[in-house]
Amino acid sequence: MQGLAIQERKESIFTKGEQRNTLTCDTDSISGSVSQRACVYCGARVVLNPITDAIHLVHGPIGCASYTWDIRGSLSSGEELYRNSFSTDLREQDIIFGGEKKLTQAIDDLVTKYHPPLVFVYSTCIVGVIGDDLEAICKAASLKHQIEIIPIESSGFIGNKSAGYRAACEGLLRLIKNQPNPIPPKEKNTLNLLGDFNLAAETWIIKSYLERVGIKLNVTLTGDSSYEQIKKTPIASLNIVQCAGSMIYLAEKLKEEYDIPYLRISFIGIEDTIASLRKIAAALGDEQIIKNIEKLIRKEQEKTWPVIDYYKHKLQGKKAAVYVGGGFKAISLIKQFRELGIEVVIVGTQTGSQAEYQTIGDLVQQGTVIFDDTNPAELENFIIDKGADLLVGGVKDRPLAYKLGTAFIDHNHDRKHALCGFVGAENFAKEVYSTVCSPVWKAIRTGGMTE
Amino acid sequence: MLDGTPKKIIERHSGGVINPAKTCQPIGAMYAALGLHGCLPHSHGSQGCCSYHRMHLTRHFRDPIMASSSSFTEGASVFGGGANLKTSIKNVFTIYNPDIMAVHTTCLSETIGDDLNSIVQSAEIPEGKIVLYANTPSYVGSHITGFSNMTKGIINQLAESTLEEPKEQVTILPGFVNPGDMREIKRIVKKMDIDYVMLPDTSGVVDSPMTGEFVMYPKGGTTVEEIKDSGNSQITLALGSFASADPANALDKKCGVPAKVLHTPIGIKATDSLLMALSKSFVREIPYDLEEERGQLVDIMTDTHFHFHGKKVAIFGDPDIVISLTEFVLSLGMKPVHVLTGTPGKSFENEINKMLTEAGIEGNVKAAGDLFTLHQWIKNLPVDLLIGNTYGKYIARAEDIPFVRIGFPILDRSVHSYLPVVGYKGAIRIIEMISNALLDRADRDAKDEDFELVM
Ligand code: SF4
Ligand code: SF4
Repeated sequence: MQGLAIQERKESIFTKGEQRNTLTCDTDSISGSVSQRACVYCGARVVLNPITDAIHLVHGPIGCASYTWDIRGSLSSGEELYRNSFSTDLREQDIIFGGEKKLTQAIDDLVTKYHPPLVFVYSTCIVGVIGDDLEAICKAASLKHQIEIIPIESSGFIGNKSAGYRAACEGLLRLIKNQPNPIPPKEKNTLNLLGDFNLAAETWIIKSYLERVGIKLNVTLTGDSSYEQIKKTPIASLNIVQCAGSMIYLAEKLKEEYDIPYLRISFIGIEDTIASLRKIAAALGDEQIIKNIEKLIRKEQEKTWPVIDYYKHKLQGKKAAVYVGGGFKAISLIKQFRELGIEVVIVGTQTGSQAEYQTIGDLVQQGTVIFDDTNPAELENFIIDKGADLLVGGVKDRPLAYKLGTAFIDHNHDRKHALCGFVGAENFAKEVYSTVCSPVWKAIRTGGMTE
Repeated sequence: MLDGTPKKIIERHSGGVINPAKTCQPIGAMYAALGLHGCLPHSHGSQGCCSYHRMHLTRHFRDPIMASSSSFTEGASVFGGGANLKTSIKNVFTIYNPDIMAVHTTCLSETIGDDLNSIVQSAEIPEGKIVLYANTPSYVGSHITGFSNMTKGIINQLAESTLEEPKEQVTILPGFVNPGDMREIKRIVKKMDIDYVMLPDTSGVVDSPMTGEFVMYPKGGTTVEEIKDSGNSQITLALGSFASADPANALDKKCGVPAKVLHTPIGIKATDSLLMALSKSFVREIPYDLEEERGQLVDIMTDTHFHFHGKKVAIFGDPDIVISLTEFVLSLGMKPVHVLTGTPGKSFENEINKMLTEAGIEGNVKAAGDLFTLHQWIKNLPVDLLIGNTYGKYIARAEDIPFVRIGFPILDRSVHSYLPVVGYKGAIRIIEMISNALLDRADRDAKDEDFELVM
């Protein structure tokens, strides 16, 4: 691809050991690029969507709702209401005369049909422009139906996905703060998990570890959560934050308002899983739990390492490219690949922060390409240039990787197996192996028609 | 969720949608633009929309889907998106270097009121490059409307009539169908020994072969030369009125190519009509190969009709596809008792109702409907089979109905975009899909004593 190094992009890419060590990030994509970046609404929706018993009503034209209908594999142990797609389906006359009446009616319709405890109303770009007063409508509807109806200001163009995370956190805060009854006292050894969405049942894995060592998981924000559970958020004595990009803001707020300290943890890869468990134990400071956790770590490792070693042996010398949403996940993945004997030669994120890029820079080897947001052409160049055998990315990257004859793993909504904790590390190793070492790649170059 | 749909039908006042059976215009426009050779579709709006459309198409076709975005920020919503589009045009040709950039609008740029024509006119476009555009407000119509609007835009901006006499050539507007379908239609036209221009033609673009190399602009797609030449054709065959009638009329208006609107050639009758139209317009005999295929289809229909007869079917999806599918299942002796599309349009209801009346079937028919409504219908009048896109799987599971996936999008199965549902071969394939679904179910549910080897 010619003329690739478009001026504005230069600030967003660097190669370790070659150029200066900071890069521009968290900016908006330039006009005319094939960007992978999503919008505010997308950010808000992915964070709140796993709340299972809520109506998620998208106020806008149909598309915004269609594309987000049940696309995230967050599992529920109870209600399934969140897996429907609700839209006000704004039409031309609504654009001209405003969509407020339609929104009110849609809320009425849905509440009478489903009797939900909670409705989220998301605004999309167009609503920001036609100027519907979501706040007022939700308030009125809330009074009328006697349930909580929370507007999420997520007009797509006012920032990017991170702004959507923020809008979602604001919504959650409203929910948490609105307490009809006095909040019960904090419970010992009880914690909240923030920033896990129960993709492929991952929340349940973490929950099981915690329960085994005597810690109670109060609520997960938002994987497999419900209205009632979220209300109980303040009784936890500690918050642990998994996907920091989306939830650090909420963690800060909960610390301010409810005096709940938080820890950043990551259950991706064995190294980080162990470190996280120990961090939690230390923070709780309970002797028994510390002991239990050490026991759990020992037991799980005994099971897991042989599996990892088996695959490590087969994967020795392979090279990986990582392009994920958040910086924290990228960091964990670099470590996890190291456990598998795989070197990460390309790392990029969509919403990584300056500090995270710094850490990434420290972790990787000389010559590794680091970038913020990218387009397919760039990505292709990097992959070919660096000879990556595997790409870890999102939906749109999969076919690109395949076309290049590069193996692929979805570490996003389309993941098929749980990738967290010890069992997740095993799954990950298996998945890496099954894609990198699949015989299908051989068919590309050794077709019967070529000699 | 699945049992969250109540059986009792209460009228909804808001006109809001629960579980949509349509999506927005721009994705259709993007798909149409992908059917031009060397074209980069461009979404004039916020980056989120573009991201969603690419993701959705990627999931359906399992191929890289390229498209750029104007990436609106707050300023654009106040001052208009003209500057963003001009910058985009510059950047797109510098970075991605397509032959054509095909711009469509989104809700946002439409609401702000950006005037594409004047923005494009005043933009700097590199020598030899083309910028096409179409207005695709999502609050009107559906993705099918967007497909139609982009196709119309392409014709209006590029087609030319340069000859005194029209060429012995047909312009085929295939509508919003898979590349596998477009290939099949082309094969049929070739077999008839008729020159053609197909517009758009996504075969070779979104079903491109694996070469170990990523090609930004794969081999397929209608070329600029071909698009221009579409104005010299003797006739336009518009397959599917919703996706293709408007652009066909535009070509008539601009270049005087008469338009004939046919059904999407799904099923025996619609395929017959296509062949008859070709044969009449170009005075061609139907070649034996095609006669043979038709004969095979009829043979299969008779061999299997007892599996189908009297079975109740619910069909939903895009209007052109659903109209033809309804016609086809009727010809198999099935009863399409619930027929629904998300796309608005009275003509859909009229056409289906006419078919049902002729067949003496009473059924529910609705345009601008949603899957909540369809599910309620099914709860009140159960069916033996559901045909539609991926989103039908929730209903199929809740009601335990055999389910055949046809349409857009299909996100949970692969290969579908490579194989046709159009033409006689496509009809044979549909019969195979339907009978496999029904018979697999019969096997699954049979008691030991009823479990049969030969069916
Ligand atoms: S805002 Fe974007 S995604 Fe939503 S309906 Fe409009 S064009 Fe489609
Ligand atoms: S319209 Fe706005 S909110 Fe909807 S998908 Fe597009 S960018 Fe996102």
